Amino acid sequence: MIEEKVMATEKKIRVLVAKPGLDSHDRGAKVVARALRDAGMEVIYTGLRQTPEQIVETALQEDVDAIGLSILSGAHTVLFPRIMKLAKKKKLDNVLVFAGGIIPEEDVSVLKKIGIAEVFGPGTPTDTLVKFVRENVWKKK
Amino acid sequence: MPLSQIEQLIKDVLKGDRRSIAKTISLIENDMPEAQKVVSLLYRHIGKAHIIGVTGPLGSGKSTLIEKVAKEIRKGKKTIGIVAVDPTSPFSGGAFLGDRVRMQDLSTDEGVFIRSMATRGNMGGIAKATKDAVNVLDASGKDVIIVETVGAGQTEVDVIKIAQTIVVVLAPGLGDEIQAIKAGIMEIGDIFVVNKADLENVDKAVGAIEAMLEMNTQKKDWKPTVVTTIATVGEGITELVEKINQHKAYLDSGAIHAQSRQRIEIELEEAVKRKLTEVILDKLKRREEFHELVDKILAKETDPYSAADVLLEGKLKKYKND
Repeated sequence: MIEEKVMATEKKIRVLVAKPGLDSHDRGAKVVARALRDAGMEVIYTGLRQTPEQIVETALQEDVDAIGLSILSGAHTVLFPRIMKLAKKKKLDNVLVFAGGIIPEEDVSVLKKIGIAEVFGPGTPTDTLVKFVRENVWKKK
Repeated sequence: MPLSQIEQLIKDVLKGDRRSIAKTISLIENDMPEAQKVVSLLYRHIGKAHIIGVTGPLGSGKSTLIEKVAKEIRKGKKTIGIVAVDPTSPFSGGAFLGDRVRMQDLSTDEGVFIRSMATRGNMGGIAKATKDAVNVLDASGKDVIIVETVGAGQTEVDVIKIAQTIVVVLAPGLGDEIQAIKAGIMEIGDIFVVNKADLENVDKAVGAIEAMLEMNTQKKDWKPTVVTTIATVGEGITELVEKINQHKAYLDSGAIHAQSRQRIEIELEEAVKRKLTEVILDKLKRREEFHELVDKILAKETDPYSAADVLLEGKLKKYKND
């Protein structure tokens, strides 16, 4: 029932969808944001050109359960370690971090080592993403 | 959560620790068992902040305006809390909270704390936990707290329950002169803003609001006025902030007491209603009797009012004869 879904006492999952770097469009990020919202989550979206500082500070203030990093420019090798370092410094260890966009297969293992739980390439069905967040958010707590 | 942990959390909030503020707001928003204790412990520390409610129809530019207003206020070194409310989807229960897009410059300003909230089913333009979030920010020492409401229409007026200064933001062409006269948000404003003043029909919009204000004789001591702004380029912001400060001065000169009393009466009433729902209604809903009565109403054997009497029989005896 509609009322039950909206007023449910089960904790709402809050996700920050962030665009670090200088990407010029956010179509993919918005698709992800909408999918997560349609799955009953509260999605905070902060727009293009976010710095690591802005992303981590936002995640902290909004007390998010997960951060989805969307990047197309190839700058993930530089920006993601910076973000994860800041997140650790600000004690966001319980936050699930995942990524998507244009990230070559060979970079995935490196990213996983720094704490990115999973990387989702273009064409990943949104259901996969939703399922992943739902199942892994609580593992982090 | 053990009491010692709660007390530490409160201490950290009072010191202004951002992580603690964020965690405390979540705790209350999610109605955790510790929530009431936390709210109780924080309550004696509230009352210093100037709470500004910003409301108005979709597309009037509230978020952009708030960013500019916040930056202007920051020039005076005051600290700010912003609570931005967006609607929860009635179908999925989820929400897209995008107000921060327009406030990007503020996210790394240490003197500003921004929290996005979903209405989670509450009508009226704000969330049930909005007041509590405002209280947490107040207790943490913020000088000014700005609440941005959903503002989808004329009925989003719950912001008057929590804000001291109400700013109604409109834009030309978002409704003609007749609309301006309708009840609802037009009646609650202390300051009216016509934003996007670079568009056509600004003068018409300002004129319509001023005419409506002249007809409205309710607010006697404070005369609401109209300010025009172009938030995107920062025009009119200094004038707006000046008006906000003038209203604060007016409140401080005495009006705030009556206003506070009224707001607290509403807060107490809502707290009682919530407890009644928890203690009585939720229990009744779980009873077989409740569902049997629903069947009877569907079969037109009884009506909702009579059925309510049946459910409550005996329970309200104590109050019926007062």
